[in-house]
Amino acid sequence: MTGILSLITYSPLLGVLAILVVRGLARPGVNTDAAVRWIALATTLATFALSVLMLSSFDNSASGFQFMEDFAAFSGLHYRMGVDGISVLFVVLTAFLMPLCIAASWKTIENRVGEYMIAFLVLEVLVIGVFTALDLILFYVFFEFSLVPMFLIIGIWGGQRRIYAAFKFFLYTLLGSVLMLAAVLGMIGIAGTSSIPELMTYKFDPMLQTWLWLAFFASFAVKMPMWPVHTWLPDAHVEAPTAGSVILAGILLKLGGYGFMRFSLPMFPQASELWAPLVFGLSAIAIIYTSLVAFRQTDIKKLIAYSSVAHMGFVTMGIFSGNVQGEQGALFQMISHGVISGALFLCVGVVYDRMHTREIAFYGGLTQRMPWYAAVFLLFTMGNVGLPGTSGFVGEILTLTGTYQVSTWTALLATTGVILSAVYALSLYRRVMFGELSNPALAGIKDLNWREVAIFAPLILSTLYLGVYPASIFNITEASVQALVSAYQAAIGG
Amino acid sequence: MTLSDLHVAAPELILAGSALLLLMWGAFQGRSNFAYGAAAVLALVAAAFAAALGVQGRIFSGGLIADDLSAFAKVFIYGFSALAIPLGERWLMRRGDCKFEFNVLIILAALGMGMMVSAGDLIALYIGIELQSLALYVLAAFRRDDAKASEAGLKYFVLGALSSGLLLYGSSLIYGFAGSTQFPVIAEAVSQGAGGGVLFGLVFLICGIAFKVSAAPFHMWTPDVYEGAPTPVVGFFAAAPKLAAMVLLARVLSEGFGTALEQWRQVIVAIALISIFVGAFAGLAQRNLKRLWAYSSIANIGYALLGLAAGGELGVQSMLLFMVLYMVDVTGFFACLCALQRDGKPMETIDDMAGLIKERPALALAMTAFALSALGLPPFAGFWAKYYVFKAAIGGGLTVAAVLGLVGSVVAAFYYLRLIKVMWFDPAVGSTERPPFEARSIAVAAALFSFPAVLVALVWLDPLAKAAAAVLG
Repeated sequence: MTGILSLITYSPLLGVLAILVVRGLARPGVNTDAAVRWIALATTLATFALSVLMLSSFDNSASGFQFMEDFAAFSGLHYRMGVDGISVLFVVLTAFLMPLCIAASWKTIENRVGEYMIAFLVLEVLVIGVFTALDLILFYVFFEFSLVPMFLIIGIWGGQRRIYAAFKFFLYTLLGSVLMLAAVLGMIGIAGTSSIPELMTYKFDPMLQTWLWLAFFASFAVKMPMWPVHTWLPDAHVEAPTAGSVILAGILLKLGGYGFMRFSLPMFPQASELWAPLVFGLSAIAIIYTSLVAFRQTDIKKLIAYSSVAHMGFVTMGIFSGNVQGEQGALFQMISHGVISGALFLCVGVVYDRMHTREIAFYGGLTQRMPWYAAVFLLFTMGNVGLPGTSGFVGEILTLTGTYQVSTWTALLATTGVILSAVYALSLYRRVMFGELSNPALAGIKDLNWREVAIFAPLILSTLYLGVYPASIFNITEASVQALVSAYQAAIGG
Repeated sequence: MTLSDLHVAAPELILAGSALLLLMWGAFQGRSNFAYGAAAVLALVAAAFAAALGVQGRIFSGGLIADDLSAFAKVFIYGFSALAIPLGERWLMRRGDCKFEFNVLIILAALGMGMMVSAGDLIALYIGIELQSLALYVLAAFRRDDAKASEAGLKYFVLGALSSGLLLYGSSLIYGFAGSTQFPVIAEAVSQGAGGGVLFGLVFLICGIAFKVSAAPFHMWTPDVYEGAPTPVVGFFAAAPKLAAMVLLARVLSEGFGTALEQWRQVIVAIALISIFVGAFAGLAQRNLKRLWAYSSIANIGYALLGLAAGGELGVQSMLLFMVLYMVDVTGFFACLCALQRDGKPMETIDDMAGLIKERPALALAMTAFALSALGLPPFAGFWAKYYVFKAAIGGGLTVAAVLGLVGSVVAAFYYLRLIKVMWFDPAVGSTERPPFEARSIAVAAALFSFPAVLVALVWLDPLAKAAAAVLG
C-alpha cells in the first residue's frame, strides 16, 4: 500500500483538473456549474473511499508510522509521508467532511462556482497533506499554504465584513507560523535532519526546548485557537460561508491540536512539562470565559464559534496532561468536535439559507414549522453539551480524568465548563426553537429537504456511533498514544 | 600575461565587442528591428555560455577573476539581461520610442555587472560599478520626453554619483591603510591588524554598495526611480544589477575582510534589519504598484543581506539562491505590469487591478503567485529563498535578527494580500487591452517557475550555488 497516502492527498487535484477541462471546453454561454458541482462531489467521495480503504488496511497494533514514503529532494530535505494512530483519523475526518461541505454549498453558492470548488479541493489536498507529512518543511508547506484557499473562501464568498475577517485570519495565523518557521529552521540546523520520526527521538537541550516549544506554541495556539489569541475565530466564522465554517471548525482548528501532539509533546517533553501549567491556566480560562461570552452572543454562528474555543480548551488541557486518558480524550474530542461543530454550522446554514439572518432574536418557535430540523439540531446541541450517549461526552470526561491526575484545580475549573456549555447551548436552543412563532417572516419556512437530510444523516450516525462505541476510535489510536505517553513520561522522568 | 590569458575574460570580450559592433550597426541602420534585437540577445546568450563553460583563472594581476562564483552569477545576469531586450524593446516600440541604443545600453550594463562579479581588486570593482551605473542612469531616463522618466534618471544619477563618491572614498582609505587594492593583500593586512582605518574605509565601501542594492537607509532613490523609469527597465534593474552588487559585496567581504567577520557583520545585520522594516512599513502606504515593489525590493535585499551576514559558505549560498529566486519573481511581476494596459494607459496602481481575475485570469494568477512568493508563502519560490536565508542566519547565530526578519515579513504580508484582495474580491472596473505576447509569456513562465518548477530547479540550483559559494568559503 505504499503510495496510497500521496494518492489520497493529491486525488482532489484530479477534480481540479477535471473542472478546468470542463470549463475550458465548454462553449461560451453554456453554464457548467452543475457539472462542476458533480465533479467536486465525485472527487471528494472518491478521496473518502480511498481514505477508508487506507484505514481498513491500517495496522492498529503498530505504534510507528505506516504507509511510509520517502524521496530525497534538495538541500537535505525529503518528501516523507506516513500516518500513525494519531494522524490517520484526521485524514479520514477530513475526507469525510469534504463531500458534506460540497453538498452543503450546492444551492447556496451561485457565483464563481468553479473557483469555489477548486478552492475546497485544494484545501483538502493541503489539509490531508498536513496530517500525512513526515518532513518538517513539507509539513510547513502544507500547513502554511492552507491559509490561501481559506483566505479566498472567506474573502470571496463571505458575508458583509468578509475582507476584514479574511485579513485578520491570515495575518494572525501567519504571525504564529513564522515563529514556528524560525524554530523549524533552528531544529533542522541543530539535529541535522528534517525527518519528523527522527526528530521525535532526538533529545534537544532542555534550555533550547523552552524556546522551540514557545515558537511552536505561538503557531498552534493561534490555530487552536487558545485564549487570548482566539479573537480571529469568531470573525472568520461569522463571515465565512457555511461550508467554510464547517472546514474551519471541523478540520483547521484540529491542526493546532495535532501539532501539539506531533511536535510539542514528543520533541520537547521537558519544555512541555515546564509550560503545562500555562496551558492548563489558558485552557481553564478559555473554557469558562468563552462559555460565558458564548452565552451573551446574539448571532448563532458566533455563539457556536465561541463554544468551539471552549471545547478546544478541553483538548489542550488533555494533551498537556501527558497521560493516556488525557491524550486519548483529546484525540477523541477533536474527532468528535469535528463532527459535531461541523454539523452545528450546517444547522445554522439551514436557517440562514432560508432567512438570510443569523440573529437569534429573529427566530423562535421553529419546532412548529420544522420538526425534523428541530430534532436534528437538538441532537447536535446535546452532543455539544456533552450528553452521555453522544460523542461529545467521551472526550470531555476523558480529558477531565486525565487532567485531574495532574492538576486537580484545572480539572475542577474545567468541569464548570460542562455546566456552562449546557447553559449557552440550551438557551440557544430555547430561543431559536421553542416559544411562540411570533415572527411572521417565519410562517412559511420549510423543513429539511432531501439534500439536507442526506448531509445530516452521516453526521447523526457518527455522533451516536462514536458516543455509544468510542472503542472504535480508541482501538486505532491506542498503540500510538501509548508510545507517545511512555516516551513522554520517560523523558520527564515520571 | 599572455594572449591565452584573455580566454578568462571571454564573456567580457564578447560583450564589449558586440556592444561596439551593434553600436556601429545601429548607427548605420538608424533604428532597431527584429534582427537587431535578436543579435543583442544572441550576444548575451553567447556570453552566458562563455561564462558557464569557459576557462577559469585570475588575470590582470588578480584584477579579474573567473571562478565558479562569477560563472554562477554571470549566467543569471546575462540571462536576465537578455530577457530585458524583448520585453523592453517591444514595450518602447509600442510607444514609438525605441531607439537602437536601448540594446547597446543593456549589453553595456551587463558587461559592467559581469565585471563587478569578477572584480578582484578595488579598481576593477569601481570600473564595473560605474559602467553598470552609467548605463542604468541612461536607461532610467530612456523616454526623454517623459518628464517623470527624466526626473527619475536625474535623481538616480545625482544620488548614484554621491554613492560612487562614498565608494571611492572608502576605497582610497582601504588602499591607504592596507597598501594595496587587491583583495588578498587587503585580507592579509587586516589579519595582521591593519586597524581602524581599513574598517573605516570598509564602512564607506559598504555604504556605497548598499546604495546600489537599494538597502535602507540608502534607499531613498528607489521608489522615485522605480515609479518614473519605463516599466521594463525597472524590471531589468530590479533584478540583475542587484545580484551583481550582492555578489560583489560577498566577494569583497569574504576575500578582503574574511577575518574581520565580527566587525562587518554588525553593519550588515543592521542594514538588513533596517531594510526589512523600512520595506515592510513604508510599503503599507503605497498605492502605486511600482513604488510598492520598490519597497518590496528594499525589504527583500534586507533578507539577502541577512543571509550574507550569516557568513561562511552557507551564508553566501543562501544569498545566491535568494537573489536568483527573487530575480525570477521580480522580472515576472514587472512583465505583468508591462502586459497590462487599460484605455491606452498603463495600469500601475493597486486599484487598477480590481477584479483582474475575471478579465485576465492568467495574468492575475501570475501576479497572485508573485505576491504570495514575495510574501514568502510556501511552496512558492520566495519561500524557498527565505528558507535558505533564515536557515543560514539561524545556523550562523543570528537567531534574534532572523526572528525580527520573519516578523517584518508578516507586516509586509499586508500589502501583498491587499493586492490579492483587489484582484480577487473587488468588482472589475473596465476592459483591459489584449496583453502583448512577449510580456505575457515571460510573466506566465516566471509564475510557473515560482511554482511548481522551482522544486525541480532547486535540485539543480542548490549544488551549483553551493559550489559557487565554496569559492569564498
